[in-house]
Amino acid sequence: MGKPIKQVHLAAHFPGVNNTTVWSDPEAGSHIEFSSFVRLAQTAERAKFDFFFLAEGLRLREQGGQIYDLDVVGRPDTFTVLAALAAVTERLGLAGTINSTFNEPYEVARQFASLDHLSAGRAAWNVVTSWDAFTGENFRRGGFLPQDQRYERAQTFLDTALELFGSWRGDEVAADAATGVFLRDPAAGSFAHQDAHFDISGRFSVPRSPQGKPVILQAGDSDGGREFAAASADAIFSRHGTLEKGQAFYADVKGRLAKYGRRHDQLVVLPAATFVLGDTDAEAQERADVVRHQQYSGQTAIKLLEQLWNADLSDHDPDGPLPSFDPVVGENTISRGRASVRMHRDPLATAREYRALAEAKNLSIRELIIQVSGRQTFVGSAATVAARIDELVQADAADGFILVPYVTPGGLDEFADTVVPLLQERGVFRTEYTGPTLRDHLGLDGVPA
Amino acid sequence: MTTGPHLAVALDAAGWHPAAWRAEDARPRELLTAAYWADLVREAESAALDFVTIEDTLGPRTDPFNPSRGGTDQVDGHLDAVLVAARVAPLTSRIGIVPTAVVTHTEPFHLSKAIATLDYVSSGRAGVRVRVAWTPEDNRLFGRRDIGVVDLADAKDGDLVSPLSELFDETADYVEVLRRLWDSWEDDAEIRDAATGRFVDRDKLHYIDFAGKWFSVKGPSITPRPPQGQPVVTSLAHAVIPYRLAARSADVVYITPLERAEAADTLAVVRHEQAVAGRERDTLHVFADLVVFLGETPQAARDHKARLDDWAGAEYASDTRVFVGTPAELADELLDLHAAGLSGFRLRPAAIPHDLNAITRALVPELRSRGAFRSDYEATTLRGLLGLGRPANRYAAV
Repeated sequence: MGKPIKQVHLAAHFPGVNNTTVWSDPEAGSHIEFSSFVRLAQTAERAKFDFFFLAEGLRLREQGGQIYDLDVVGRPDTFTVLAALAAVTERLGLAGTINSTFNEPYEVARQFASLDHLSAGRAAWNVVTSWDAFTGENFRRGGFLPQDQRYERAQTFLDTALELFGSWRGDEVAADAATGVFLRDPAAGSFAHQDAHFDISGRFSVPRSPQGKPVILQAGDSDGGREFAAASADAIFSRHGTLEKGQAFYADVKGRLAKYGRRHDQLVVLPAATFVLGDTDAEAQERADVVRHQQYSGQTAIKLLEQLWNADLSDHDPDGPLPSFDPVVGENTISRGRASVRMHRDPLATAREYRALAEAKNLSIRELIIQVSGRQTFVGSAATVAARIDELVQADAADGFILVPYVTPGGLDEFADTVVPLLQERGVFRTEYTGPTLRDHLGLDGVPA
Repeated sequence: MTTGPHLAVALDAAGWHPAAWRAEDARPRELLTAAYWADLVREAESAALDFVTIEDTLGPRTDPFNPSRGGTDQVDGHLDAVLVAARVAPLTSRIGIVPTAVVTHTEPFHLSKAIATLDYVSSGRAGVRVRVAWTPEDNRLFGRRDIGVVDLADAKDGDLVSPLSELFDETADYVEVLRRLWDSWEDDAEIRDAATGRFVDRDKLHYIDFAGKWFSVKGPSITPRPPQGQPVVTSLAHAVIPYRLAARSADVVYITPLERAEAADTLAVVRHEQAVAGRERDTLHVFADLVVFLGETPQAARDHKARLDDWAGAEYASDTRVFVGTPAELADELLDLHAAGLSGFRLRPAAIPHDLNAITRALVPELRSRGAFRSDYEATTLRGLLGLGRPANRYAAV
């Protein structure tokens, strides 16, 4: 007997601020009007996706001391949009990134518990961290946190919020009009928490929510991030969508679960992925080539290279060769508020790789950036893409994918109409939701009272 | 267009009476569900009311006027009001939605984008009621800073610098930051200029560079300027320090007169503070708050209140006027106060749905029969309903 067939998990990501979105496409709509969020969410729900995902930004990015203007800019408040989407969807999970640095646990716990009530059990929280003074300039606290403390604060922040979620058992509200007893236990919601970051106490004002606590998502790829996910998350976002890298990541994070007393199936691994479809594989490849060049214009390629080089390259020709000098080592000052900068941990080594690749294939700056910047992309006919997704999931390179369409808001429609039915035919994707909550969709255990 | 008063209702759990949840038609087990709130707001919209407010506090609800005896006989547990507002916004189309937001301990950057987003999801119907958190209990929920011992009596002394006056000054800074962030994008900042590859014109995005005594905020917002430009800011006030905050910062202030003469006196103080703040030319609506117990006859209204009081074991007490009577009597009273200079009223239904339905199905028709309330919505935004217009952006080049 072989391994049991795994079910694929799928989520839809409303793109935030990056060059994935081809805003110049004639089909591209608003990134801020509510109707765009409704369109993507309702398509995801029609296709029986697990959840809709929204990222967060807390400061407009800058490059070379100016607000970055080449990509989509401007986005809504995460909680507010998710709560509104709960009104126009019925089963779809509603996941949002909320920063643990520029928030307080009591407030965030209230908001997520409220969202879980208002969506009847569909809330998920992607816990992220930040430390930089740049983002901090928008907040009372300022940029205050040493970088080495960010996962520590994230962990204690999450632990504190979990204490608050757990401060109600769920049976305290009697609401018995005859006897006049509303609350059976006047101490319901009582908490007191003290650690290096938080010293808070009182009563939590939101009774136990339908899921007990929101689904916890985590997105860090560092060792600390993986450990945090293994200890506390229900699902982890990764960047590793190829077979080998995906399998290595998958084995690594799942291997960390046992020491926290957790089972293999209690952490769902979900790489982010884009996709380009066509009637044939060849047509999809042609479309993908066009899309890649729209995503990486000459100006965008120069800007992305500046983030690695940490220097002004505006006098360089995107269709010409790489800079003759090496990246400026030290703190990255050219780009601020941009997470991708942190991916270049050793800029000199990365530059050497780039030079070797450019020389071997005779690539211009723009062509090089297109080659090295791609994230996991499914390109092909619907049949090819469905087969590839199934293959990666069955081979334990992932449990599913978070799909990022390159056109907003209609970019998921084609996937929903063509790929999803093929996955359903293969018996690896649901045709109906089997439960009401996001925990049900993800196959996670309920939260004991 | 009619010339009568504006009308809002203040929604809170099962109503403002502590025993309201025990009434036969109450839904005490549904207070944390979306369906409950959607039903209430739709009911208010069916009568073309200007807006609803949604009450909130950080911690468990605490009503100093109606302390719970054992802590188990009153409604306990409530949801974040901004999220409730967002949840009902797509299910309604014309009524203004004004959640309460606590501005002590919380971040103005977060609230600014939340209310801007509420304005997007409601297509221009968002407001906010700003509220201070002053108790040691609230402070311990955040554990961040000592705000000193706040004495509410200090609110009556406009010259005294006290922990309370500091809280309200901080709130004025907070609202200033909300407003600057809402303006930090010019309306036409998004250009999608394919020729230059620019999505946005960075010259139309503005750092707000707010630096105050309690906090500083750089900006710009991450959320583009909301449909109304400036969502409607409201606050509740009982004494001169909070009147001053409203005069400096708000579009609507809810006052709490116990009788007509007090309403006129308060109005004069508010207008004076408005002049001191240099806002004589701005519209600042002054609404009176009234708790209402309604019945088809005066006796029925008294019986309704007596039954609730019996359940509570104490006569209902409030910080504002408690009206007990028929919808026609209430209409008389509202029109009298309106004649005294009040813009409108925020009615607090003592019991929901009974008193909410009496407002929408009896009071409003009564006002309409006197030509004193709109028969249908005449504007699509909350600012439009309140006659506030859409303000110019403070940062836009003239």
